[in-house]
Amino acid sequence: MNIHAVRAIYGFEMARAWRTLSQSIVSPVLSTSLYFIVFGSAIGSRITEIDGVSYGSFIVPGLIMLSLLTQSIANASFGIYFPRFTGTIYEVLSAPVSYVEILIGYVGAAATKSIILGLIILATAGLFVELEIAHWFWMLLFLVMTSVTFSLFGFILGIWADGFEKLQIVPLLVITPLTFLGGSFYSIDMLPPFWQTVTLFNPVVYLISGFRWSFYEIADVNIGVSVGMTLLFLAACLIAVWWIFRTGYRLKS
Amino acid sequence: MHPAISVKNLSKRYDSGFEALKNVNLEIEHGEIFALLGPNGAGKTTLISTICGIVNPTAGSILVDGNDIVKDYRAARSLIGLVPQELTTDAFETVWATVSFSRGLFGKPANPAYIEQTLKSLSLWDKKDDKIMTLSGGMKRRVLIAKALSHEPQILFLDEPTAGVDVELRKAMWDVVRSLRESGVTIILTTHYIEEAEEMAERVGVISHGEIILVQDKTELMSKLGQKQMTLHLQERIGGIPGSLSAYSLDISDDGEMLTYTYDTHGERTGITALLADLSQAGVKFKDLTTSQSSLEDIFVSLVGKPK
Ligand SMILES: Nc1ncnc2c1ncn2[C@@H]1O[C@H](COP(=O)(O)OP(=O)(O)OP(=O)(O)O)[C@@H](O)[C@H]1O
Ligand SMILES: [Mg+2]
Repeated sequence: MNIHAVRAIYGFEMARAWRTLSQSIVSPVLSTSLYFIVFGSAIGSRITEIDGVSYGSFIVPGLIMLSLLTQSIANASFGIYFPRFTGTIYEVLSAPVSYVEILIGYVGAAATKSIILGLIILATAGLFVELEIAHWFWMLLFLVMTSVTFSLFGFILGIWADGFEKLQIVPLLVITPLTFLGGSFYSIDMLPPFWQTVTLFNPVVYLISGFRWSFYEIADVNIGVSVGMTLLFLAACLIAVWWIFRTGYRLKS
Repeated sequence: MHPAISVKNLSKRYDSGFEALKNVNLEIEHGEIFALLGPNGAGKTTLISTICGIVNPTAGSILVDGNDIVKDYRAARSLIGLVPQELTTDAFETVWATVSFSRGLFGKPANPAYIEQTLKSLSLWDKKDDKIMTLSGGMKRRVLIAKALSHEPQILFLDEPTAGVDVELRKAMWDVVRSLRESGVTIILTTHYIEEAEEMAERVGVISHGEIILVQDKTELMSKLGQKQMTLHLQERIGGIPGSLSAYSLDISDDGEMLTYTYDTHGERTGITALLADLSQAGVKFKDLTTSQSSLEDIFVSLVGKPK
């Protein structure tokens, strides 16, 4: 194991986040705070409790997930796309590092940033609404699994993309709708039956449901199913990454 | 002892179908300075990139000090430092950070003293805390060299190191290369310029259209490349070369208006004086005279035997 290399890549990526602090931490925290003010306090006070939880508190897990997903993808995809774009990737490709080490460096850094961001948003939420966390262990596990999985997804996106548009369009056209329709702001059983069934094909539903369960012990789907689906998506991403590295897809000509 | 680099039957076909390397065989010895000489698009960068692991070979094998670049990639790549042709650097990093990054990437523990020494030898020390994007092109090239040297490689690839570099930096660069060579580093550089190969290298490989046409000691090659032509435009056309001039290597043009004399600039005597004297003896008068040196292109043609 080339520990020095992992540390170099990881450190490089973390330094990048530090340089772009306003972009990577401040802006997501600000936008989620706005959600809390608008939906949690202003509108939320007019909405009845859902499953015995006030609306403001109810939306916290979903909002954290929303940031986690978008930031993991944005961070990881940019982290690998930019060196490809500028050509500096040559150095990583010519270095005595294994693909696993490259992955730990890039995806590890992106996931770390997301986890830190998630915890910051959680703390921010505590300032606006009442929070209780029933299962710390599961809460953290979902936080970590989601960050890792979607950082991997972002890594794949960053390798696949051949322009900045693609880099932005996937989060915008795919991830944001999936998150909004994934039960961030409502409980699935508030939907008509037909749409409840459709929703079950949205992987984000399982993440948000499981994550919310770790807070309030209320869930749209069984917690076991949530964990299973998350692991399934993680496995799918790992297989895609394995294939990319095996063939050198879009990394080597 | 294994050669520093051993390339066997290497071929590279890009996804576009273009064959950039055709069955290349090449051995580079430890501690030599080897120049890869060839025109644009000859395959120099492709060859270097393949050895360094950036381009996947289509066929063939490459050993770096006996280590297969695929199977023993860690051992092989640890030995190599690469200065790419393009100025590809991070923009927002400082010089110090990017050079330290390279060292870590190649698996070496931090060594500030060594990096300091490297930066100083490249006159980059006073720029160490500057962001790379604020540097000039020549300084960026030096940063790339510092990055390549950061992990104390035994083999250094310089892909067109003097492109866009002024005379002073060029000299400084050759000084660095020579001192590396003295410390036992093997150096492979690419260039378009015969003069550069002549000045720096001990052996020269000529590559054209993806094929290594020849590999030779510099001194041998230079005598081969040192041919010149002198063309005489005659006042009156002649039917053939006068018998008294048959000792010279003369060619006559089809219309009989021009005589071309080929000679060796490296020879002790070129024979020009004697030729001119003998010409006037034979009564051949000329109105103009031009000389030309074989260009690299001409040499390729003469080496390959036919233009492609
Ligand atoms: N990724 C690629 N896909 C397709 N063709 C490529 C690719 N990279 C290089 N080539 C082609 O391969 C040939 C060799 O290119 P290469 O960059 O190795 O030449 P070179 O000898 O380094 O030239 P130069 O002196 O201009 O740097 C060229 O014809 C080039 O167009
Ligand atoms: Mg080149």
